[in-house]
Amino acid sequence: MRFKPSLLIAAAALAFGSSAHAADITGAGATFPFPIYSKWAEAYKKETGVGLNYQSIGSSGGVRQIRAKTVTFGATDAPLTGDELARDGMVQFPAIIGGTVPVFNLEGFAAGDLRITGPVLADMFLGKITKWNDAKIVALNPGKSLPDMAITVIHRADGSGTTFNFTDYLSAVSEDWAGRVGKGAAVKWPAATSVGGKGNEGVAANVARTKGAIGYVEYTYAKKNKIPNFALKNASGKFVMPSLETFAAAASDVKWDKVPGMGVSMVDEDHPDAWPIATASFILMYKKPGDKNASNQALKFFDWAYKANGKKLAAELDYIALPDSLTDKIRKEVWSQIDQ
Amino acid sequence: MSVAIGMNTSSVSEEQRSQLALLAIAKRQRLQDVVFQRLTQVFALLVLVALLGIMVSLFNNAWPTFQKFGLPFLWYVEWDIINEEFGAAIAIVGTLATASIAMLIAVPLAFGIALFLTETCPPWLRRPLGTAIELLAAVPSIIYGMFGLFVFAPIFADFVQVPLQKVTSGMPIVGVLFGGVPNGLGILAAGVVLAFMVLPFIAAVMRDVFEIVPAILRESAYGLGCTTWEVVRKVVLPYTQKGVIGGVMLGLGRALGETMAVTFVIGNANRLPTSLFSPGTSIASVLANEFGEAADFHMSTLFALGFLLFVITFIVLAAAKWLTLRVERSKGT
Repeated sequence: MRFKPSLLIAAAALAFGSSAHAADITGAGATFPFPIYSKWAEAYKKETGVGLNYQSIGSSGGVRQIRAKTVTFGATDAPLTGDELARDGMVQFPAIIGGTVPVFNLEGFAAGDLRITGPVLADMFLGKITKWNDAKIVALNPGKSLPDMAITVIHRADGSGTTFNFTDYLSAVSEDWAGRVGKGAAVKWPAATSVGGKGNEGVAANVARTKGAIGYVEYTYAKKNKIPNFALKNASGKFVMPSLETFAAAASDVKWDKVPGMGVSMVDEDHPDAWPIATASFILMYKKPGDKNASNQALKFFDWAYKANGKKLAAELDYIALPDSLTDKIRKEVWSQIDQ
Repeated sequence: MSVAIGMNTSSVSEEQRSQLALLAIAKRQRLQDVVFQRLTQVFALLVLVALLGIMVSLFNNAWPTFQKFGLPFLWYVEWDIINEEFGAAIAIVGTLATASIAMLIAVPLAFGIALFLTETCPPWLRRPLGTAIELLAAVPSIIYGMFGLFVFAPIFADFVQVPLQKVTSGMPIVGVLFGGVPNGLGILAAGVVLAFMVLPFIAAVMRDVFEIVPAILRESAYGLGCTTWEVVRKVVLPYTQKGVIGGVMLGLGRALGETMAVTFVIGNANRLPTSLFSPGTSIASVLANEFGEAADFHMSTLFALGFLLFVITFIVLAAAKWLTLRVERSKGT
């Protein structure tokens, strides 16, 4: 029932705020970009006096709210398809890029000490590889003595954009995963040992406590809490570590035109330095907004967020700002479709 | 009084007038009574309307799921969000198992606490202990959840699960019961944390009902030479049976519906638990976990689970009522 408050707030905003020019912008949806949206909102309010009321109720909640027209923009980690967008009369554009990091807990091994490939990672999460000294893991880590210890899979119990990003990656690199599990904000975890933790902190706590555990968390979270992570083999065959540079590399030559609505999956990008598990988080807005003023305010906000100040804040929180070439494209090709 | 005065004056008109006045008062009072009764009736009916409203809206939202799966939804073992294959069995089993474990631990403990407080506790200790129990009942459930995940689970893993597995591994039935990965999470851990949570509720209710046993009954029994246990067994318990059952049911109701504390420690795995240590899930924690990102059919399935939880709680309360009725009848009152 978490969407109720936002409904009320949105209703109040519709009732009182439609003509006032300093009214707050309302948005709802994805939890993955919530930290950066709220940071942006805080700085933007200081600069312009216009606030942003963003409710991080989850991606599907965001889609639901924008369809119900209770908010000015909806936010989602899982992009809508071109057909859906056309049917609803909406446009979609990316706002920010973030990444997901597979982490582990194995005595004697620190961050980057273990190398892993996507297919092997998928087999571990599938429960096909159950021991740390499995031949496939040993082959990737020559000279390391891996213990005969059971692998415990820790995943997010709550539906989340992090899970969407991670399962999107596993689906891209493993046919077995794509066929048996698929991608989604919450999936059916096949490994017999899998345990669900609530939120990034729940996963982190369980991984930290369970010897032999593997899991995945948002990059910011792994970095802040110094949870050991794998060096992951990317599409061009290089083992990479998660960092702002490897994320930026992943974002650098994404073919945004490949899919209508820019709903491109950024996993397993073939740039030589790309970190393979990155994702854009998307914004949904109406082409013919019910409240033009509110819609324009929202566009102004994102315009500001794409510029230097917004970029600085994104870097502080370990998110990747969109490249200028992309934001120019969004301004010209996407925002122009919105009645202003 | 006024009637007597009227008779003394022996004036007919006077008497009639005073009777009329009396009638007017009676009428006004009756009107007040009626208005008051109706008003309170409306208040009471509001509860019923709310209850019905919740039930109808839950069922209404859950209808697509019931329509698709029918009755087998109850025992279908599957929870696959992407392929939209859902069954309630996993969550129902988890809910009932954790609640039963909690009651198995909490009821005897609460009974002991209440007995100590009312029968054998030195008076100076009675008040602080009683207050402490009431305070425990006021701790928000999220605190129990955090305590469960960060404090209880590691201790439980190292000092309960590992030793238990060492002792029982290889034994026929017990070995299976205590199998699984000893990471401190699972059905048993959730049951124990739940027991902590419902214990103060049950203990507080039991203490309150034990206290209302008239002193004269107790003292008579002691006077006849009964031991403390005999007094409790033969006098206190029969006198307070109804209240004790009520307290237990209150605790059970809370255990069935508890969300956050269970979510933190149950392990949140959508699989049928195979042992006491294996992770599972409960109806309330599935709802808490998945509501945020649920859409369309998944959403309606969550409503269906909510409806089932409602029904289970209703059955439990009805059973409690029936139990107390039967007890009363067998006593011949």
